[in-house]
Amino acid sequence: MNARTTLDVSRLPTYAFGHRSLMWWGTAGMIVIESTLFAIGLVGYFYLRGIAHEWPLSAPPPELRYGTWNTAILLLSGIPNQLAARAALREDLGAVRRWMLVCLAAGVAFQVVRALEFTALNTHWSRNAYGSIVYALLTLHTVHMVTDFVDTAVLAVLMFTGPLTGRRFVDVSENAGYWWFVIGAWLPIYFTIYLVPRLF
Amino acid sequence: MSQLDCTWADSPGLVGALATVDHKRIAIRYIVTTLVFFALAGLLALVMRTQLARADNDLVGPDLYNQLFSMHGSAMMFLFAVPVMEAVALYLVPLMVGTRNVAFPRLNAYGYWLFLFGGLMSFTVFALNIGPEAGWFSYVPLAGPQYSPGKRTDFWAQLITFTEVAALIGAVQIIVTVFKMRAPGMTLSRLPMFAWAMLVTAFMIVFAMPSVMLASTFLITDRLVSTQFFNPAEGGDVLLWQHMFWFFGHPEVYIIFVPALGMISEILPAFARRRVVGYLGLVIALVSIAFLSFGLWVHHMFTTGLPPLGMSFFTVASIMIALPTGLQIFCWIATLTTGQPVRFATPILFVIGFFFIFVIGGMTGVMLGASTLDQQLHDSYFVVAHLHYVLIGGAVFPLFAGFHYWFPKITGRQLSERLGRWNFWLFFIGFNVAFFPMHILGLEGMPRRVYTYSAASGWEGLNLLATLGAFMVGASVLVFICNVVLTLLRGTRAGDNPWGAPGLEWATASPPPAYNFSDIPVVQSRSPLWEENFPVATVAGLPESVPTVLVTRLHDAQPDHVALLPAASLWPLLAALATTVLFIGTVFSPWALIWGSVPVGITLIGWFWPTADEARRHREIEIRPREAEQREVAFGELSA
Repeated sequence: MNARTTLDVSRLPTYAFGHRSLMWWGTAGMIVIESTLFAIGLVGYFYLRGIAHEWPLSAPPPELRYGTWNTAILLLSGIPNQLAARAALREDLGAVRRWMLVCLAAGVAFQVVRALEFTALNTHWSRNAYGSIVYALLTLHTVHMVTDFVDTAVLAVLMFTGPLTGRRFVDVSENAGYWWFVIGAWLPIYFTIYLVPRLF
Repeated sequence: MSQLDCTWADSPGLVGALATVDHKRIAIRYIVTTLVFFALAGLLALVMRTQLARADNDLVGPDLYNQLFSMHGSAMMFLFAVPVMEAVALYLVPLMVGTRNVAFPRLNAYGYWLFLFGGLMSFTVFALNIGPEAGWFSYVPLAGPQYSPGKRTDFWAQLITFTEVAALIGAVQIIVTVFKMRAPGMTLSRLPMFAWAMLVTAFMIVFAMPSVMLASTFLITDRLVSTQFFNPAEGGDVLLWQHMFWFFGHPEVYIIFVPALGMISEILPAFARRRVVGYLGLVIALVSIAFLSFGLWVHHMFTTGLPPLGMSFFTVASIMIALPTGLQIFCWIATLTTGQPVRFATPILFVIGFFFIFVIGGMTGVMLGASTLDQQLHDSYFVVAHLHYVLIGGAVFPLFAGFHYWFPKITGRQLSERLGRWNFWLFFIGFNVAFFPMHILGLEGMPRRVYTYSAASGWEGLNLLATLGAFMVGASVLVFICNVVLTLLRGTRAGDNPWGAPGLEWATASPPPAYNFSDIPVVQSRSPLWEENFPVATVAGLPESVPTVLVTRLHDAQPDHVALLPAASLWPLLAALATTVLFIGTVFSPWALIWGSVPVGITLIGWFWPTADEARRHREIEIRPREAEQREVAFGELSA
């Protein structure tokens, strides 16, 4: 191919933030897949509820306490998360390190509370279909919570030890996006597990 | 060796082969692997047909027969039909859109290894008499803990997990590669039809596959740790399984079929030597098929006693899908008749075979879509005939057309036309001889999934005929294998563009170099190679010291930035091995989910962690977004 003209791209940046980056689209694809998974799980909950003669099936509703605490912790963790994302955009390494550590602390907190949540569901997965679907929804979210925590921890260590390149700031920014997804996915699950048996 | 060669080439030897992240090498392995599974699943079909050739035959007993048809269906759907289309796309799409690799090369390798290990697991357990036994859709309660004891159905459920994870990975690759890595100037309205078809397919995969993954997870936990999702005695529901399965399972049919439509829309214009008629209409048809396909799943459940209103809705939706499909057929006929006279080369023969067979399959589909008739024909051989007409006619024929069409690009050699004709006619005649009689058998009342039938039924003649046809199809596949082997050994060399086709994949060497294009062309039309002044310009200034690709904007494909791709690595293979241990471990113990995730985590961290050397190379060429010049400048000059 011998073209007369060339399109010179040598001055283009070698990474970019937000929807310009490939990583953003990869993360978005993953979020869409996982959201579909959550949505189908929730539809399953309401399907089983629809055919049940009572709901919850032979059990009191799950205790509100831990689930509600966790909703608060998760929502609050959005603040350091967003600050870490902004610091990444400025490529401010000090602030990135600081806010990621705060995120990790929040991560430890919500995982401890999550463990307590499992003890206060007032049912068991093997007791009946209600117990199964409640455990399934909570486990599904916990898997995302734990993997996102490990991701964040690994990335945070890398931000301290290196070797660093500029596009690691894009990783921090995308990691923050995924963290928002873990928070966002929790809200309908919280509503379903804890409030639906009480309100409807 | 040029700098590009040094940067993109894999290191020689076994390690280089295992560590490769070249989308072409991975895709070739993917295609070959799916074809091996296709052949194995085909052999299972021949065993079934041999058993059914005579009434009251005792070659195969009922237990083995259950495993045969379950494994045949599962392998054809999960290990051949969906992955082969993705594999072809993982080869072609980066070439078609004019880039040097897929968006996430290591993830691509991981997806392939996972698929391979899942397939190997399935055939290994089948050989060990632990193959699936409850059909490819494993309905509960038959597949539940009570009626399917042992591990057979658990392995089936994990087959789903393996293949669906691999399919989802492929889908994300295709979406991001098409959205963000097209050559400059290739706006969405200039995207090749096959890339459009794969984009639509990838979105369908993203929304359909999670449903079956969740369903098979529920199934395995019902079996392993006594959850009660599908147990009516404890508030569960068997129809929940059918809903979750078919919410995936019906789009699945179109996930197989839509890529084939894309292939036809590529092949026909090349032979008719004119642009495809109704490009916009074809794209809209693909998108509407995708949407409609999510509203059809209940037509698999017409006999489960659903409310009549729901049945009417799904009947209408099912029949409506004939509209976009019909539109496409008319566009293709118009392309053929208004272009230059077509040479009947093997790809065209297979496309014409597709027209014939698929139209019959489509018509029996309209019949089955009517819930009243479906009540009569459900679970009969009529359904077997229909689904093979649709799937083999709709996907395997176009796929063979595609193999013959793109084989010279992939290997640099042209398949023999003579053997190609044998391949086609044996397949076409054999297929119709095998499956047409099944319509009649079904109407006469022969049920599916029976291992034998009595002589008094009067079904022997047609069954024998079907068996003869099946062996003809087997012979055809043998001819194809011979053709491939002989061509690789001593076939005529193909040039860069043996068909005179207009797509970018034909603008580079056959087979393409590791970096696909030495110069990325600027695209100014839908059929760039047919433009007199192609390429009007090429991209210059991409760094060559590490693998890089040009990232362009989603809608107008203007250059945006340069992405640095990861180097070849063994970590994806190790991560896939660790994941395999986890998946197979959970067949035996739920705790595998905990201990199995440790090696997975370690390998994923190894995969992610940058080496000091790589980081140094990246820093050398790094341009921060804030330091970069206005990105409009370069392209603005060109368009002026």
